Amino acid sequence: MNATDIDALSVEHAAVRRQAGAWERVRKNWSVRIGGVAMAFLLLVALAAPWLGTVDPTLFDAASRDLRPGETGEITTLDGETLEHRFVMGSDSFGRDIFSRVVYGTRISLLVGFSSAVVALVFGILLGLSAGYLRRLDGPLMRVMDGVMAIPAILLAIALVALWKASLLTVIVAIAIPEIPRVTRLVRSLVLTIREEPYVEAAVALGTPTPKIMFGHILPNTIAPLLVQGTYICAAAILVEAILSFLGVGLPPDIPTWGNIMAEGRVQFIAYPHNVFFPGIFLAVTVLAVNILGDGLRDTLDPRMARRL
Amino acid sequence: MSAPVLEVERLTIGLPPGADRAEAVAGVSFTVGRGEILCLVGESGSGKSVIAQGVMGLLPKTLRVAGGAIRLDGEDLARAAPGRLRSLRAARMSMIFQEPMTALNPVMRCGEQIEEVLREHTALDAAARRARILDIVREVHLPDPERIVASYPHQLSGGQRQRIVIAMALVLDPALLIADEPTTALDVTTQAQILKLIAELQARHGAGVLFITHDFGVVAEIAHRVAVLRQGELVEIGTRDEVLRRPQHDYTRMLIASVPGMIPHERPLDVQAPVILATRALGKTYAAGGWFRKRAAVAAAEDVSLEVRRGQTLGIVGESGSGKSTVARCIVRLVDPSAGEILIDGEDIAARRLGTLHDFRRRVQIVFQDPYRSLNPRRRVGEAVIEGPLNFGVPRAEALARARRLFELVRLDPNSLDRYPHEFSGGQRQRVSIARALALEPELLVADEPVSALDVSVQAQVLALFAEIRERLRLAMLFITHDLRVAAQVCDTVAVMSQGRVVEYGPAREVFAHPRHEYTRSLFAAAPGRSWAFGGS
Repeated sequence: MNATDIDALSVEHAAVRRQAGAWERVRKNWSVRIGGVAMAFLLLVALAAPWLGTVDPTLFDAASRDLRPGETGEITTLDGETLEHRFVMGSDSFGRDIFSRVVYGTRISLLVGFSSAVVALVFGILLGLSAGYLRRLDGPLMRVMDGVMAIPAILLAIALVALWKASLLTVIVAIAIPEIPRVTRLVRSLVLTIREEPYVEAAVALGTPTPKIMFGHILPNTIAPLLVQGTYICAAAILVEAILSFLGVGLPPDIPTWGNIMAEGRVQFIAYPHNVFFPGIFLAVTVLAVNILGDGLRDTLDPRMARRL
Repeated sequence: MSAPVLEVERLTIGLPPGADRAEAVAGVSFTVGRGEILCLVGESGSGKSVIAQGVMGLLPKTLRVAGGAIRLDGEDLARAAPGRLRSLRAARMSMIFQEPMTALNPVMRCGEQIEEVLREHTALDAAARRARILDIVREVHLPDPERIVASYPHQLSGGQRQRIVIAMALVLDPALLIADEPTTALDVTTQAQILKLIAELQARHGAGVLFITHDFGVVAEIAHRVAVLRQGELVEIGTRDEVLRRPQHDYTRMLIASVPGMIPHERPLDVQAPVILATRALGKTYAAGGWFRKRAAVAAAEDVSLEVRRGQTLGIVGESGSGKSTVARCIVRLVDPSAGEILIDGEDIAARRLGTLHDFRRRVQIVFQDPYRSLNPRRRVGEAVIEGPLNFGVPRAEALARARRLFELVRLDPNSLDRYPHEFSGGQRQRVSIARALALEPELLVADEPVSALDVSVQAQVLALFAEIRERLRLAMLFITHDLRVAAQVCDTVAVMSQGRVVEYGPAREVFAHPRHEYTRSLFAAAPGRSWAFGGS
C-alpha cells in the first residue's frame, strides 16, 4: 500500500476545531455585555458632559447653597450673568451644582483609571518581558520590584503626590507605579511559560532577532491575561484616585472629582447626605462595571476557563 | 460462552451542536465476555474514550447517551441513577487511566488511596484493609510493599505508579476492567511489563477487560478480540487473528498497512557522501541547586559522538530520559552544550556564543513533536513559513513565492498560507512546521519525535513526506524517536541512547538484525507486536 492510497482513505479529521473565535465568545458573554454597556454609558456621560444640562462645575452662587436634589435656584456665570438652574442632585455648601460636578468628575475618574492601567501595563510589559526573557536582568529587576511591592500602594501614592505638584499627571503616575510590580510579575510568569513553547524555540532556530521574538512571538500571547489584569488595575486606580482626593492628597479641591466632592460633603453628611451619596453611587457603579467586564473577559479569554464552559 | 460481563447495544452518544459531527458514538454494539480482553482500536476522534466514559458513567456534561443500552451483568447503566453508578464503580467495574501521575492524588500516600476505595465499598476493619492493600500491592509485583504504600506518587516511577493505579482498580475484584490507553505514557520496556501484568491479573481474576488503544502493536500483544472504530462507528469486530491477519474493512486494512514494519528498509548506504554533521564527545550537564546549596550536576548527555552524511538519516532511539532530545537541542543550539564539539561542514559551532550563530541558523533547522504547540497560535501560518527567509534578508515577495512552493512540496494548499494554525489538523500543522524548517534551505534537518503525536495513518503520510524530502533535497537528517518501528522505516544509521550515553551505533540493518548491546536487545524484546509483520511488508 503506498502513500496515495493512505491519503485517500485517511481520516485526518482529528482537529477540525471550529471553536468559536475568542472574539465571538467575548461578545456572547453576559458579564462582558453588562460591564461593557455600563462602561460605554459612563464614557458617553464623560464625553457629553457639557451637553447634559450641566453648568461649569466650578461655578458657585451664595444664594443657592445647600439645595436639596430637584430644587431650583440661580447660578452666576463667570460673565456675571445669573441663570435659573435646576439642581438635579442638589448643591453643596458653596452653592455649586453637584450634578455638574459628578458628571465632570466622571471624566477625571475614567481618565485616571484608563491612563493608570495603560501606564502600569506598558511599563509592566517592558519590565516583565525583559525579566522573563533576558535571564541576566531577571534577578536585579525582580528584586527591585519586590522592594516596590513591600511599600503599601496608597502610602507610596501619597508620598509620590506629596513629592511633586498635585496634578492629573502626578496622580496617574503615583497610582500606576505601585501597580507596575504586579504587572511585571504577571508578565514575567507568562513569559517563562511561553518561552519554552516550541514555536518560540522554532523562531530562535530560524534566526529571529531577540527583540522580534519578545515583541512578535511572546507578547501577543500574553495579551489576553493582561487585558483582564488591565481592567482590575483600572478599577483599583479609580478607587485609589477617589481615596487620594478624599484624603486631600489628590487633585486640588477645585477640580471636580468624586473623591473631592465626597470630601467636601463629608462635613455635613448628616444634614445633606446627597453631597456624598451621588458621587458615591457613581464611584460604586463604575468600579463594579469595570470589575464585571474584567470577570467576563477572564472567563472568555482564559483558555483554562474556556474549557470548563 | 456464559453471559457477557459487558454488553453495549446500539450505543449512541450525542455531541453538542456545533461539533464536527452529530454523534461521538453512533450505534456501536459489542460485548466483553468474562475473562476476555476486547481491544477498542481507533484514531483520535474515533470515540473510543467516549465509550469508556459512557460505560463508567463519567461522560462530560456536554455529552449524553442518546440511545442504546450499556449492560453490566444485565443491568442497564445508561439508565442507572448516579448513586447506583457510584456504588458500582470500583466494586463491579473500574478504570485504569493513561496518565498515572494525574490519576493519583499527589498529596496522598499510595496506600491511603487504595484504602479509600476499601473504606468506601467494604466493611473491612483497619487491619483487614491493611492486609488487603499489601496483598494487592504484592500482586501487581511492586517491590517492598511496606515502603510503596507509605510513598507519595511522586516518589515512584511511571511504571510503579501505573501498578498502583492497577492495584486500586483491582482491589475489589471488579467484573469489568476498563483500561484507557494505560501504557501510552510509558516507555516501551515499562509498557511491555504493564501489558504482561494486565494479562496476568486478568487471567487470575477472570475479569472482562475493555482495553482502549491506538497502537496495533499493543493490540497484537494483548487482545483476544478487536473492535475497530472510525469516527464513532464500529467498522469491524472479530478475533485478533481475524482482524490483524485478514482485515475485512478498507479502513482496518489502511490502519494496519500504516503501522511501520520492524524490518529496516534496504536502501544502500553511500559511505562516500560528505559528512554534514559530526559531534565529538558532546555532553550536556545540568546543574541543579542554587545560591546556598552545593550544585549537583546531572549529566543529560555524555560523550556523544555521531555523524550524519548528506542524503542520509541518522536515528537516535531511546526511552524518555535517555538524553536523545538533549542531543538534538544541543545540535540546534537551543541549549548550550557543556562539552565536546559540534562540527557542521567541519566547523565547530559548539563553542560559539549565542549571538554569533546567525549564519549557522540557516544551515540547521528543527521540527518539533507537538504539532499544536510548534506554531504560534496568533500568527498566520504563512508568516511562520516566511519568517526565516525574512530574517536572512530575502525580500517578502520572494519569501512568499518560496512559501507557496514549499506548501506544494508538503502537499498543502498554497492558498491556505493566510490561515491560522487552529484551522489545521495535527498532521497538517506538522506539514506546516516542516515547510517552515525547509524555508531556509537547511543542510541538516533535525526532527525531534515529529510523528509521535500523530495518528498512525497520518504518521505514515508524514513519514512518507520526510522520505521524499530527503530524497529530493538531499538533506542530512537527524531523526529522534522512541518508536523502533518508525526508526526502522526512516533511518539509515541508528544510535541507541540510554542514560545519556550512546550504547549502540551503526547501520540500521545491522543494529536491527544483530543488536549487540544488552539494552538494545531488551528494547527490541519489549517492542509490542514484534512478531507480527505490519506495514504490508
